[in-house]
Amino acid sequence: MVVGAVALGIGFLSAPTTVEEAKAMVSDAHGHGGHGHGDHDTHADDHVVGHKDEAHHSDHHDTHADDHHDKNDEAYANSDSHDAHGGGHGDSHDKHLLHQLQNRPWAATYLAALFFMMIALGVLAFYAIQRAAQAGWSILLFRVMEGITAYLLPGSIIVFVLLVLSGLHLNHLFVWMDAEVVAHDEIIQNKQSYLNVPFFLARALFYIVGWNLYRFYSRKFSLAQDNDNGIGYHKKNFRLAAGFLVFYIVTESMMSWDWIMSVDPHWFSTLFGWYVFASMIVTAVTVIAMVTIYLKSKGLLEEVNDSHIHDLGKFMFGFSVFWTYLWFSQFMLIWYSNIPEEVTYFITRIEDYNLLFFGMVVMNFVLPLLILMNSDYKRNNWFIIMAGIIIVLGHYLDFYNMIMPATVGDQWSFGLSELGSASLFTGLFLYVVFSALAKAPLKPKGDPLVKESKHFVY
Amino acid sequence: MSSKVIHAIYDDDDVLLHAVKDVKAANHHIEEVFTPFPVHGLDKAMGLAPTRIAIASFMFGCLGLSIAIWLTNYIMIEDWPQNIGGKPSFSYLENVPAFVPVLFEMTIFFAAHLMVITFYLRSRLWPFKKAENPMLSTTDDKFLLEVAVADNEKKLVSLLKKTGAIEVKVHEKKGES
Repeated sequence: MVVGAVALGIGFLSAPTTVEEAKAMVSDAHGHGGHGHGDHDTHADDHVVGHKDEAHHSDHHDTHADDHHDKNDEAYANSDSHDAHGGGHGDSHDKHLLHQLQNRPWAATYLAALFFMMIALGVLAFYAIQRAAQAGWSILLFRVMEGITAYLLPGSIIVFVLLVLSGLHLNHLFVWMDAEVVAHDEIIQNKQSYLNVPFFLARALFYIVGWNLYRFYSRKFSLAQDNDNGIGYHKKNFRLAAGFLVFYIVTESMMSWDWIMSVDPHWFSTLFGWYVFASMIVTAVTVIAMVTIYLKSKGLLEEVNDSHIHDLGKFMFGFSVFWTYLWFSQFMLIWYSNIPEEVTYFITRIEDYNLLFFGMVVMNFVLPLLILMNSDYKRNNWFIIMAGIIIVLGHYLDFYNMIMPATVGDQWSFGLSELGSASLFTGLFLYVVFSALAKAPLKPKGDPLVKESKHFVY
Repeated sequence: MSSKVIHAIYDDDDVLLHAVKDVKAANHHIEEVFTPFPVHGLDKAMGLAPTRIAIASFMFGCLGLSIAIWLTNYIMIEDWPQNIGGKPSFSYLENVPAFVPVLFEMTIFFAAHLMVITFYLRSRLWPFKKAENPMLSTTDDKFLLEVAVADNEKKLVSLLKKTGAIEVKVHEKKGES
């Protein structure tokens, strides 16, 4: 319990400052934001005020149909100039631009909320894999993982609230939710049986409830095992984890179509679920490693040795390469076949997001590959932290590249909305994680495999 | 020239590992250890220099990558430009995604094969080579520790017996090392 109290102290010291900062930044955005709707703060009163502004514009949804002209034009003419539409589109183009600008704080909030929820979800999946495989080495890290997955509940609720707000037409993140757009768009009409607001929200609720139930019971059994002499809870956790993994891989894949791929309702990629999974799991392992090293540097988790860090480093390295493999597979097939409705996805990214798009590949592949290739570096905390920062930022940009081009188009930048929402959710994430870490002893002493983990040497 | 060596035989890898440490601590030179399977930590206990095969492998990979780049460029761009799927055929850079699988495979091919060949050369192995094991059962369930003898035979034998060897014998061997 002393250990717990110290961790709580750390949590309070490190987290609230960032939350405060984030709040300050967010309110700054209200003051200075050129478009006056920087309401990405989930708990501000300004929320209402901000929305009223946007509600005014919601009758101009038809302009979103333009989006698709846009993309097709780009595909055929290979032109990045919006003037290519000719004069007739000039007026609606302005409104389209307005919507893109209005989307910015929403998209930034949605992105950050989703990103941190996915870290927690990825850690939960990694944890379930360890449970289902009955791994011996990782037992000492279980409490760290459980601490991080504590963010899943608040994180997924925030994402769900944002989705509901989208469903209520308070923003234009998902064009297919807009009846006006759909009326002029046959492709989306054909997808209506899947992409409609009630079914969409029902699915979201189904995923979220499923994940959180697993998280709740696995944590409960894990704590119960501490004071139990038998291995009953361990076995229960094993069975639960195996079941969850089946549920997870299906729902994760569907979640990636629903929440990420559908912002581009015309585009599709059959390996998108895997691609998002790879991004999620590599960030998750990286966060586990960073939190572990942080706690270790504070004198907690003494029994975690270099070999544990080494193994996490191997996972970081391996999943980075795995991510690149999927990224490239998706890119190359679409690039090669060059089908207009598929290839627009990469054309917008390469033309409007060139530096980000390729910079992200460098950050997520080249740098981790070179930094983490040497096996001695994987045992070095400093290298792991450095590589970890690069990987987490790189994957934030990866998700940025998935969400932004469809929602804000070429109006992207890193302004107060993006930085504010990112730091707000970072603060919230750290606060929740470290307070959860403080609630239970960091060593799962009742686990039947804890000794093996303690003596783990590679 | 012939030299005397002592063969100590063990039947457990943990005992062997401790024996190696003890013999090292007593400043005797361990010629070689024969084991039926890789024993974790044995290389460190014997004081062998860490392997450099990873560095070699990295360089072989780079070599493979360079050759693959040259190969694809020569075949597909310079010598006989081919238009596949309407992709621009006179620029390597604009075609590079199509070549990545080739680059990847060639890197792996070179790294893997050259690494195995390097390993064979370095450990002086080749096809049809006669096995050097002094005792056939080291390929089954016994561990053999070979220590060079100067003029301290008796002391050494008693030391080895103390470390838990199930059998210790002195052996004349022709100087080939």
